[in-house]
Amino acid sequence: MIPPAAPSPASRVTRTPGPLVIDIEDVVKLYPMGAETIHALRGVSLKIRRNEYLAIMGPSGSGKSTLMNMLGCLDTPTTGRYEFNGRNVAAMDDDELADIRNREIGFVFQTFNLLPRSNALRNVELPLVYSGMAPEEREDRAREALEAVGLGNRMHHKPNELSGGQRQRVAIARALVNRPSIILADEPTGNLDSQTGTEIMALFNDLYERGNTIIVVTHEEDIARHARRIVRLRDGLLDRDEVQ
Amino acid sequence: MSTHRLLYEANESWRIAAAQIRAHKLRSLLTALGVIIGIVAVTLMGTAIRGMDISFENNLAMLGDDILYVQKWPWHNVEDWWNYANRPPIRPEDADSLNRVIASTPNSLLEVAVPVCARSATLKAGDAQVNGIYTFGTSGDYSRILAVDFREGRLFTGPEADAGRQVCVLGCDVADALFPGRPALDQTVLIQGQPFRVVGVLVRQGSFLGLFSFDNQVLMPLGAFKKYFGVHSTQAEVRVKVKDKTRLEEAKEELTGAMRRVRALLPGQRDNFTINEQQAFKEQLDPVKQGIALAGLFITGLALFVGAIGIMNITFVSVRERTREIGTRKALGARRKTILLQFLIESVSISLIGGVAGVLLTVSLCLGVRAALPSLPIELSPALIVIGLFVAVGTGIAAGFAPAWSASRLNPVEALRYE
Repeated sequence: MIPPAAPSPASRVTRTPGPLVIDIEDVVKLYPMGAETIHALRGVSLKIRRNEYLAIMGPSGSGKSTLMNMLGCLDTPTTGRYEFNGRNVAAMDDDELADIRNREIGFVFQTFNLLPRSNALRNVELPLVYSGMAPEEREDRAREALEAVGLGNRMHHKPNELSGGQRQRVAIARALVNRPSIILADEPTGNLDSQTGTEIMALFNDLYERGNTIIVVTHEEDIARHARRIVRLRDGLLDRDEVQ
Repeated sequence: MSTHRLLYEANESWRIAAAQIRAHKLRSLLTALGVIIGIVAVTLMGTAIRGMDISFENNLAMLGDDILYVQKWPWHNVEDWWNYANRPPIRPEDADSLNRVIASTPNSLLEVAVPVCARSATLKAGDAQVNGIYTFGTSGDYSRILAVDFREGRLFTGPEADAGRQVCVLGCDVADALFPGRPALDQTVLIQGQPFRVVGVLVRQGSFLGLFSFDNQVLMPLGAFKKYFGVHSTQAEVRVKVKDKTRLEEAKEELTGAMRRVRALLPGQRDNFTINEQQAFKEQLDPVKQGIALAGLFITGLALFVGAIGIMNITFVSVRERTREIGTRKALGARRKTILLQFLIESVSISLIGGVAGVLLTVSLCLGVRAALPSLPIELSPALIVIGLFVAVGTGIAAGFAPAWSASRLNPVEALRYE
């Protein structure tokens, strides 16, 4: 395997971070597991600003998945404070969380998670369906997003007619389409060969430079190196938080 | 905004449901089978009951829905037959008495009373002979209550009847049996050995509830009937036509009063006659209809229940197979309602396919039976088709609700992690 070449510092543009998007403080997450209780997060505080490119790292069991679910508003903390754009996420019910995910967060999954029977355009449109956008407008926006990831000529292909890299691009277009506050990518290159992985990371870099806020969760040092800031977790606690 | 969103989500769900069914054709078809059977059962049963109704209405029309029958016996079964057996017989002359009472009553609801006597007779013409023919003696007024048309000729006139002329009107089966292939009009038939001239032949009417045929009868003037056959006490009756059939009950009361006057009954005495009307038949048929409907409902319910279990099962399978997809949708902003709606639409789609197939099957069955047996009064009503489809949709919702609910409640984190 050829390790992906780290971009030379000369080509790196680091944007000035904007206003606070995510503000979590002393977040604890407990999972009951039979008679035992798992302490997935033992008190994590983290601030993420607009225009940041952040990597969350940690070995398995470090609580990075739990933190990602929390940041993605898929889950709420057991105790602690979580504010997203100044709104208190910890107190939201299921449908309010769905609404935040729909409008503020763009998800990119390791396994792409595209709808197998829908073409690229329909897949990208889906978040807009849930936000109640009219069909014509929806299609325009989805085309725009697909063009932004370089798939303008693959709109009517179904996932099984696309390569892995193309599928992940569709998923990224889907994450972008609602113009979210953050893009949250969970091991986005985990199912791709290193060449394609590099291309996808280049796309993230490109998106970051065009003004998006990106959070990548990964256990690969090479992937994390693309980010401008790396947060490391260990045993449910923040271990290190370093700007590169 | 919110209603738009729901509409877009529903559209998306229909699309996904269609794709899902296309992708699992056999599975969907097998699942829909239970609903197909249920819907065929519900629509066929409805058609059968309706057919019975139509046939019954047609039959009742033969009796005349504006005719009251003054008779010794009621048309329904009686437990205490001895109370009826001792009643005096109805006599043809009672009709004349009733007509006098009617004439003297201002604003009477009754139009005319007509005597009818009946017996079984043997008819001969040349070598042809028919036995056991219902032969009626009546007055010229019979034309005022007779609800049928003539194939040839006419009814005997009042003067003919009063004069006791030996003329007769034949039912079409009798005419065809005695005069095959040639007109019966003005021919002579021997009724119990007495010569009668044929003045008319009735058009075909069919049988009444399959009990007796109107085409197997012969009408003759009452005078001639009395002269040759005498009056059989139990067979005589008086038929009374009412002016306004919407006021049948009042007319019945008036007739009861009139008949009590004719019979000179004192206020404390019970009626010694019965006034029958076609309604009595209806009341007798109702329990039969209800029984059929109940049995039908049970069979239908059973079939639909089995169909619903099938749909519920397949929807649970679908939810399980697509747990990751549900998680993805939730991550992308689908709310509980959205997921619930999506799986309900999927289960309703399958049962609606079953419903449409069932309705089509019933329609083709009905058309087939009607082509094969034109005499059966089969008519599939549009209302029944709509009901069938509604039942299918209802089944889909009922069957899909539990799996759809469980899908909507899935934790997105666990759903996304599901292998």
